[in-house]
Amino acid sequence: MQRLRVRYAKRGRLRFTSHRDISRAVERAVRRAGIPVAYSAGFSPHPKISYAGAAPTGVASEAEYLEIGVTAPCDPEQVRSSLDGSLPPGLDVIDVVEAGQGGLADRLEVSDWEVRLPGADRELAEVAVEKFLAEGAVEVERLTKKGPRRFDARGAVLGLTVSEGTERTAAQVQRGPCVILRMVVRHMTPAVRPDDVLTGLRLVADFAPPVPPEVTRLAQGPLDASTGALADPLGLDRDTTRGGEAGPAGEHVGG
Amino acid sequence: MPVESIFHRLEALLPKVQKPIQYVGGELNSTVKDWDSADVRWALMYPDAYEVGLPNQGVAILYEILNELPGTLAERTYAVWPDLEALMRAEGVPQFTVDAHRPVRAFDLLGVSFSTELGYTNLLTALDLAGIPLEAADRGEDDPIVVAGGHAAFNPEPIAAFVDAAVLGDGEQISIAISEVVREWKGEGRPGGRDELLMRLAESGGVYVPKFYDVDYHPDGRIKRVAPNRPEVPWRVHKHTVMDLDEWPYPKKPLVPLAETVHERFSVEIFRGCTRGCRFCQAGMITRPVRERSITTIGAMVDNGIKESGFNEVGLLSLSSADHSEIAEVAKGLADRYEGTNTSLSLPSTRVDAFNIDLANEFSRNGRRSGLTFAPEGGSERMRKVINKMVTEEDLIRTVTTAYSQGWRQVKLYFMCGLPTEQDEDVLGIADLAKKVIKAGREATGSRDIRCTVSIGGFVPKPHTPFQWAGQADHETVDRRLKALRDSLRGDKEYGRAIGFRYHDGKPSIVEGLLSRGDRRVGAVIRAVWEDGGRFDGWSEHFSYERWMAAADQAGIDVDWYTTREREENEVLPWDHLDAGLDREWLWQDWQEAVSGGEVEDCRWTPCYDCGVCPTMGTEIQIGPTGRKLLPLTVV
Repeated sequence: MQRLRVRYAKRGRLRFTSHRDISRAVERAVRRAGIPVAYSAGFSPHPKISYAGAAPTGVASEAEYLEIGVTAPCDPEQVRSSLDGSLPPGLDVIDVVEAGQGGLADRLEVSDWEVRLPGADRELAEVAVEKFLAEGAVEVERLTKKGPRRFDARGAVLGLTVSEGTERTAAQVQRGPCVILRMVVRHMTPAVRPDDVLTGLRLVADFAPPVPPEVTRLAQGPLDASTGALADPLGLDRDTTRGGEAGPAGEHVGG
Repeated sequence: MPVESIFHRLEALLPKVQKPIQYVGGELNSTVKDWDSADVRWALMYPDAYEVGLPNQGVAILYEILNELPGTLAERTYAVWPDLEALMRAEGVPQFTVDAHRPVRAFDLLGVSFSTELGYTNLLTALDLAGIPLEAADRGEDDPIVVAGGHAAFNPEPIAAFVDAAVLGDGEQISIAISEVVREWKGEGRPGGRDELLMRLAESGGVYVPKFYDVDYHPDGRIKRVAPNRPEVPWRVHKHTVMDLDEWPYPKKPLVPLAETVHERFSVEIFRGCTRGCRFCQAGMITRPVRERSITTIGAMVDNGIKESGFNEVGLLSLSSADHSEIAEVAKGLADRYEGTNTSLSLPSTRVDAFNIDLANEFSRNGRRSGLTFAPEGGSERMRKVINKMVTEEDLIRTVTTAYSQGWRQVKLYFMCGLPTEQDEDVLGIADLAKKVIKAGREATGSRDIRCTVSIGGFVPKPHTPFQWAGQADHETVDRRLKALRDSLRGDKEYGRAIGFRYHDGKPSIVEGLLSRGDRRVGAVIRAVWEDGGRFDGWSEHFSYERWMAAADQAGIDVDWYTTREREENEVLPWDHLDAGLDREWLWQDWQEAVSGGEVEDCRWTPCYDCGVCPTMGTEIQIGPTGRKLLPLTVV
């Protein structure tokens, strides 16, 4: 069975879709697009579509991943365009590759987040970030389905910077300058999310943005040990499917 | 002048509410037209949460038809949950459409589809959030014309103060006709303002404008007379009936939501109307006559709907789907066509006979046989005669046993409690029936792995039915009978564990009864409930019986007088000036027959018994068989 790996984005107002909403939309889009999706056996067969680490409801993303099992070989580019055409605008398919060896979820080690804070004070943000990074650990509490849970939000943060831009979605009527945080966060259990880092900034420096932040996942993937940069998680699949030669990165895949 | 989207203001509130996706629109097949491309603009509302409103066929059909009409646009709006309502009030964000997030007050017309009376308080929330005065009398030239439709609009008197107009029956043609009247009036420069527009609509006889009718009362509170207060306005307003449904194959482009909704499937109405003659059933009375879609149109609609939506379930809707003249051919044709494609077919079925099981078997050819539903409605043979649901105990047990033998493990039986003339033993008869069903099922299958669920709804007498004169059972009686029934089921050592029991207490039915058969004076109660915070009355977690009773007290309304009181033949009923086509004398005669145990056959197969609908409305029964087959379409 051929497996296709799909990178898609959730943008604009569709960032309010939940993971369940997306999986229903994708199942329907796969049917509309006529992709020969494989089904599980049993009493209530389900299409073989699996998702890796979905961004939370309300958070936009340029880099979400899923995998589709198909019963007949498909051209990845054709799947990309037909699937994109069958999804509502705002759920956009960016890239499709044929899966190589190794699990996709294992490669999603780190996320690069952009957090826009309309109306926040840049200097206060910089002070807070500096203080946060200086700490060895910052314990935060989040309400989970199992009740309040305490964990460290500092250890997972590999990078945290402050810059400035203009508001994108105009949460306020006046479009004005907007503080932008970029954070590179390692995937851990429990997951440390951008809002946990914001909670941390509030705890260490009393930094609190005036309106809800606008969060976008820009990328996720493996961390290149030599450069410290985030790599394309589908890069390995592209390498193996192009000629079967294990490139330099191929060593990670084996076993 | 273009109308601004309020989305940027809404967007800031969405991170703070539950299920924000329901407010953002962007559904597959939704339509956003340029504001200035249209001169007639409709906001269509389903007055309940998005998850209930989106799958509603009525709104979906009108949305599509009106958007196809040149110079016309339609957008949808739904009731917002209290969490968003509070934020919208705090931030001054108005009621909006989900398509282009335009403020509802900017539209020419606000069409509201009432499937049930329990949406009335949600109408008031929407009007208030929109900045539209709650009472029609207070509205100005800039406010939309508020039009009620749907089954509850067959007695719009309780909301007469809040709507400008009401429309009875099928909406396809009349919504187009209203659009043209509005277009002409606007084109002429709005002569005579709002009042003249309403006059033009009222004069046609197809739109009810409550303010052009005065209601006089007897000293004892009964209605003396309902009469037009302008000479051009007709005495009675008639319902609308679309003939030849093959000409109206909607929805063609089904809306596919991102949010989870109550029905996740593509639905095709395979016929409209029902002449089974169940006396409690308002839908069956007000949608006459039966008009079938042909097998070929059904086949083409299903094919198109699946391709357009990507849904993996198809529902064949109607009031009694197994009664379609070619249902066997439809079922087999669709089951053949979609075999191996993981597309499931469903048929909301209520008929109690073996044929129904054959259909269900066909539909579940590839899937599992989980549950079948039958609706005997009455627990005793006597009760079933009263309601004209002609099923014998023998029929029922034989049918259910057949289902068990053919691999169905779970059977759901639907009944009502509080029916006219009902005695305690009629309700306890439900327990006997359920036990007999399990006993026979165990004997037939040799297995104890079969179950039966008894589900009970409270009966509410409805306008335009033979039971419109009946006294509603009080909630104490209903609750007492349900408790006795529950004890009888639970206490049974042999069968109790194989029988599930689902019911609601009787109080909501009393409120529904008040709103169903209420008159204009009941409007004050609705308003008082809403002002006290009443919202989403169809949801048990939001509904408050005490709030309704306190509001009725405050408004000086005697709830018993409206609900449990039996009416005399000559009493003027609040909806007598609204014509569903049913001959009042026939309804009364059928009510008398109900009490004395007389039965009525289905006029599809037997001679006409003069209910009055076809000659009054100029309609006729339209049924097959056509003898044709489903078009041999290829499946992707």
